[in-house]
Amino acid sequence: MNREEIILAIKDIIQTIAPDEDLSELKTDVRLRDQIELDSMDFLDIVMELRKRYGVQVPEEDYKELATLDGCVAYLAPHMQGKTLKVGV
Amino acid sequence: MANERYDAVVVGAGMSGLAAGIRLAQYDKRVVVLDRHALWGGLNSFYKRGGRRYDTGLHALTNWAPPGEKSTPLPKLLRQLRIPREELDLAEQGFSEVRVGGARLTFGNGSASIEEAVARAFPSEIDGFKRLVQAVKEHDPFGARPDGGAARARLAQWIHDPLLVECLLVPVAFYGSAREDEVEWDLFVVLFRSMFLEGLARPVGGIKTLLDALRRRLVECGGELRMRAGVARILLNERQAASGVLLDGGEVLECERVLSSAGRVETLRLCGLDSPAEHLGRLSFCETTSILARPTAALGHGATMVFFALDERFAYRRPNGLVDATSGVVCASDNYQRHEYGDAGVYRVTCLANHDLWSGLHDEEYAAAKLRCADEMLAAAGKVALDPRPHTTAFDMFTPKTIRRYTGPHGGAVYGSPAQARDGHVGVERLHLVGTDQGTLGLVGSLLSGVAAANRHVLMAPTT
Repeated sequence: MNREEIILAIKDIIQTIAPDEDLSELKTDVRLRDQIELDSMDFLDIVMELRKRYGVQVPEEDYKELATLDGCVAYLAPHMQGKTLKVGV
Repeated sequence: MANERYDAVVVGAGMSGLAAGIRLAQYDKRVVVLDRHALWGGLNSFYKRGGRRYDTGLHALTNWAPPGEKSTPLPKLLRQLRIPREELDLAEQGFSEVRVGGARLTFGNGSASIEEAVARAFPSEIDGFKRLVQAVKEHDPFGARPDGGAARARLAQWIHDPLLVECLLVPVAFYGSAREDEVEWDLFVVLFRSMFLEGLARPVGGIKTLLDALRRRLVECGGELRMRAGVARILLNERQAASGVLLDGGEVLECERVLSSAGRVETLRLCGLDSPAEHLGRLSFCETTSILARPTAALGHGATMVFFALDERFAYRRPNGLVDATSGVVCASDNYQRHEYGDAGVYRVTCLANHDLWSGLHDEEYAAAKLRCADEMLAAAGKVALDPRPHTTAFDMFTPKTIRRYTGPHGGAVYGSPAQARDGHVGVERLHLVGTDQGTLGLVGSLLSGVAAANRHVLMAPTT
């Protein structure tokens, strides 16, 4: 998965968790929780969805790497190689 | 099929159990939620009599949040469960009252409303009350420490008039204190926020609307809900860790973890372990439901809820008699802004009751005692709200004995053990408490406790 696909994958997960959030204007270099209402329980859900959809395990100490979309791309890129984007699941 | 194996078995299909089940099923855990009874919901359920549905438990859903609010407990909970808010079809209260001695607080939803109520009824206390509201907003009631101490003593920091202190304690005690004569500070903070700073609402259709949404979501995620499947024992392995459950019918379900909503004392008993006497809950209730010929408001009573104590200082403790009608809660379910009752009124009165006395009655004594106590309760309600008796077309009542029979808590103690295990641990590995005995109360609190336990003990646990 390339950068755009990883961002799409994360946005789709966030939209599943928080259907009432508008994600169209999300900046990639600003903390997600500063742009939309996401708390630690929601971050757990992002991690759980990554595991469910892509088989990617993110240990608790690495949750902080997912704070921004750029951070997600940097952290997830090696784990998402060769995986197929799943949206709207 | 031989012994099934689950990632988690949830004991009890009440609010916390259903919520835990949904969270686990949502992430592909193999989970089953078990309950001895035919209907799910636990203490918050319903029954049918004379073609009519009677709710148990639910007077009000606390933690009202206006549409669009995202940061308070109710929207966070619904997000975790992925239940669209519209599915609950929440109708706000009109207004509610606290009546203690001669004092009266009339309030609606939101912190501005309760501040106005205090300014009207206790003008000299408003500055202190605002400081209290600020303290409640800033306090973290979930911090890791054993106990916050007694709320009554804390409140004296801000409030000088003991009558106002009592006005604040009555609704909070009735909405969830498991301790006699005392409301613990952290509990006060949680309930004060959820009742006063957020507010009260009710799903149109009553508890069934919420129960249907929870069941639908659990099944949709692949979780199992098994009714008439009572747990006779929680099985422990050779390391004294929970390893499964034995059902009433003899079937064994093996699992990685057990989440139990049965209560602290009851859960340990299922493990074959005893609890000290001071862990037994002592507070139980009688509740009447009167169906009225006309809407309650048309009969002159407009409040949705009335939390009352006839005396200036109320006794929140197990009564010496069958029932203590000097304080209680009145709920007119048809005084929510929308409801399903058409032109009928639905009027409920709840008072403290003594489980052991009710349990000791013979059948004929029991029936007569119900009538007598109902009269006491309805007369008391008449002093602060409406005496429904002249307008009643149908009537039913439950007692601590009913609670015990249908939902199983020791002593009919709906708010559980006074000794709460906040982290859900009861000293048995792979067994976690959810629900009331974690110290979270109200429907939203119970649901959140199930979510939190599923997250912490199963989803975030290292994979085995």
